[in-house]
Amino acid sequence: MSTVYERKFGAFQLVMTIFFILVCVITLLPIINIVATSFSDKNAILTGKVGIWPVGFNTEAYSMILNDLSMIRAFFFSIALMIAQAVISMMATILAAYPLSKKDLPGKRVILLMIVFTMYFSAGMIPEYLLYKELHLLNTIWVLLLPGMISAFNLIILRTFFMSINQSLYEAAYIDGCSEFKALREIAIPLSKAALLTLTMFYAVNRWNGVSDIILYIQNPNLYTLQYKLKLMLDLINIPYEDGMVQIVAPENFKSACVVFTMLPMLIIYPFVQKYFKKGVMVGSVKE
Amino acid sequence: MKKQDVVIRKPLKKRVIKAIPLYIMLIIPVAYFVIFKYGPMYGIVAAFKDYNIFKGLAGSEWVGLAHFKEVFSTPGFFNALKNTLILNLGELLITFPIPILFAILLNELKLQGLAKATETIMYLPHFLSMVIIAGIVSLVFSPTGVINNFLNGAFGFSIPFLTDPQTWRFTYWIASIWMGAGYGMIVYLAAISGINKELYEAVYLDGGGRWCRIWHVTLAQLKPTIVTMVIMNIGSILAIGFERPYLLSNVLVDDAASVISTYVYKMGLQAGLYDYATAVGLFQSVVGLVMVVLANFIAKKAGEEGLF
Repeated sequence: MSTVYERKFGAFQLVMTIFFILVCVITLLPIINIVATSFSDKNAILTGKVGIWPVGFNTEAYSMILNDLSMIRAFFFSIALMIAQAVISMMATILAAYPLSKKDLPGKRVILLMIVFTMYFSAGMIPEYLLYKELHLLNTIWVLLLPGMISAFNLIILRTFFMSINQSLYEAAYIDGCSEFKALREIAIPLSKAALLTLTMFYAVNRWNGVSDIILYIQNPNLYTLQYKLKLMLDLINIPYEDGMVQIVAPENFKSACVVFTMLPMLIIYPFVQKYFKKGVMVGSVKE
Repeated sequence: MKKQDVVIRKPLKKRVIKAIPLYIMLIIPVAYFVIFKYGPMYGIVAAFKDYNIFKGLAGSEWVGLAHFKEVFSTPGFFNALKNTLILNLGELLITFPIPILFAILLNELKLQGLAKATETIMYLPHFLSMVIIAGIVSLVFSPTGVINNFLNGAFGFSIPFLTDPQTWRFTYWIASIWMGAGYGMIVYLAAISGINKELYEAVYLDGGGRWCRIWHVTLAQLKPTIVTMVIMNIGSILAIGFERPYLLSNVLVDDAASVISTYVYKMGLQAGLYDYATAVGLFQSVVGLVMVVLANFIAKKAGEEGLF
């Protein structure tokens, strides 16, 4: 930010510095409070003593979660689902973006129009539900993978990226008898690694975080994701205590621990992936 | 017409043959859009039929606009419509300006480390799922949560964030700010980083100070982006996602939290009134589409960049 020309660190800078430190603290406080609550003693929670530091160290809420097989199961199912979605979605998105990035594809405009229209008009929740029912997708893993297979938005981003590749590279390859599939594999994909990585993460994060399709289409507990399990836990009025747990674990304690357990994977990978997402925002804001 | 055909047919045929591998690639994506995006559009006919699960869509009888008449005479629908408008309008007034303000101020900050840290920290909640956000909100804002404990201890009163419908709206907007401000800020920071540095230099050389710089360069350069975003936001004032209002709400605040998407869910999937709920959804989709197109038209008339 080389636009700041002040030589001194004056009153304005001081106020701004304090302001942004406060913004950071306030943004993090809810998370810190939840982590503190998850580790706190039942009495401290019930008397409202927990702020940003655990009062009376207590890990029983976490042992309740780790002893709940359905929670662990949901965790691994969510990871598998996320990987499957990322793989399927990226293959489909690449297969769509590459031909549509070509200048001389007859019918390209019609296909693009058809795709862009779906960004602004959808049939709605009920017709979608009736279709999935008709196709016997309800309560199967496919209803979690197929409807979100291609995001038109991601497709447009990747298409723009493919179009920015130097066309003379292709021409040289075609003269050497290179097929379109080979050109895609050996020219387009290797030259767009950064964009592909960002889009893969878009799909993965969306699948990992998404929960509405499970609320709408899934009743089979084997297909519950971690996020949905968290929703069920948060909805509980009576916590499923094992023997003796009532004395040491408060509902807030248990629910906080569930939130932390669910949030942990994202908190761990966030520092490593956030720069790709920042790039993604910028790619998305650049119009073709 | 015929003559033209003769002229272009040969090259077109050649081009099509040459593009066969590309069409093969497109089979799966096009099938996806046809089945999963256009397939449901057939189901829209449910809005004009007396839908019977056993007869199916094709076998059910036509009833014309009966469901729409029913929709427009139901208080529940108007309540959902009103809540959708209030929540979105509030979001536009309260949530929308914050990322702009923060981006401009952050751009003025001298401490680079703090600026980077603020970006990273504020962007974090954007990656948490709506369930996690809702969980945190329900714990932190609860009558016995940390915020009310603090208010009680320091000022001797508490706020019914989650239990009073009117107050719940503010809780909804606070959650929106917490989860969305960082993302918005990064969008505006990206726009600011694209501003020509010579403009800043010119202001500096002319003796212009900080406010002059912010007002005449940063804000002036951001104006097209901001105007476009405002118009687009107004265009999508009827559009509301399902997850956020559904997960943030509870039975006590249903009066304020019932929006079109959750109303469609309740009426359609929970009460089984598929035809009625389809009509509500169709109303939202069509009015939404018209408004986006209109907003885009106005944006372009105003000389700003539209969406399409």
